[in-house]
Amino acid sequence: MTIYGVALLAFCFLAGKVTGTLLGAAIGINGDVGGVGFAMLLLIFLNAWLKRRGWMDGPTTGGLLFWSSMYIPIIVAMAAVQNATAALSGGWLALIAGVAVTVAALLLVPLLSRIGRPQSTRP
Amino acid sequence: MSELITDVLVRNGLVFAFLFVGLIMLFSFWVARRVLRGLIPGVALAILLGLGLAFLGGERGIAEYPLFAGMALLGGAMLRDFAVVATAMGADLDQIRHAGPAGAVALLVGILLSFLLGTLIAWSMGYTDPVSLATIGAGACTYIVGPVTGTALGATSEVMAISIATGVVKTIATTVLTPLIARRVGLDNPHSALVFGGLLGTTSGVAAGLAATDPKLVPYGALTATFYTGLGCLLCPSVLYLLLLALAGG
Repeated sequence: MTIYGVALLAFCFLAGKVTGTLLGAAIGINGDVGGVGFAMLLLIFLNAWLKRRGWMDGPTTGGLLFWSSMYIPIIVAMAAVQNATAALSGGWLALIAGVAVTVAALLLVPLLSRIGRPQSTRP
Repeated sequence: MSELITDVLVRNGLVFAFLFVGLIMLFSFWVARRVLRGLIPGVALAILLGLGLAFLGGERGIAEYPLFAGMALLGGAMLRDFAVVATAMGADLDQIRHAGPAGAVALLVGILLSFLLGTLIAWSMGYTDPVSLATIGAGACTYIVGPVTGTALGATSEVMAISIATGVVKTIATTVLTPLIARRVGLDNPHSALVFGGLLGTTSGVAAGLAATDPKLVPYGALTATFYTGLGCLLCPSVLYLLLLALAGG
């Protein structure tokens, strides 16, 4: 059933958030550290395990794929509710620092991507 | 009559948001294909359009208007994270495994780089006290790390505002610049997407930037970015602030 897939997703999501919040509390931050990451890894493992057992039928997977495909519309909505006027209120310092940091980080992507890359992908 | 219709739309805000975003997507994909002839991907155009709408509103973007209040629920952290987790269905565990170390390094380098560069720019523009410098540097990590650090160190509200603004600018810049620069920095595979997520760290920016570049890369970037804000909140007011004090000769 479709709801099984949605429920599985909800379980992974909540388990990840709880783990992230507990980790945050353990290192003294009032917040969520890596909750989404833990939830994603849990979903990957559970999905593989359930598939091996033959418990992931079409409709169940459909419940998961629906939310996965709703991702882009949700991001569009998210873009529309950003505090965009705050970006301008910080003045030149905020504009320059924000853009400079972004560009610097982007330029480091090729450098750090070399770490641990399998040889076969780059001949 | 029109008042009654508006009332129905306001009371069913989330459903109206589904319709509204659907129309934005339809329009964006039509323009991307027919007018721009594939020059800009439809997804990227839709996200840009969304950002443009955000400038029309206030603190909560277009959701400031009651008619669009449902957009805040659809585009809020809960549904965003829910959908991001669902994208893990398409992720390849082997890719994650061999990019893990690179992702971890990227997280630390990303926080250190943002903090130091943000601090340096604030210093060059006239701020000299360590608390203000650290708060603005933390804001250059994400717009959550900034106020958390500022509150911990006791920064002034003016500096806090600049710090938050810096983080918001970073999110928007990441959204806009990533698809433009992606090919040039080799951001076209899961491995570099994991590194990218760790380096940039702004969850919203990474998610939107990758979605506009190649939606298949989203789960990899999101996986590392989710650790960034937490780590930033841990490091900025403590180790990095002390580092700053040491550099200042205090």
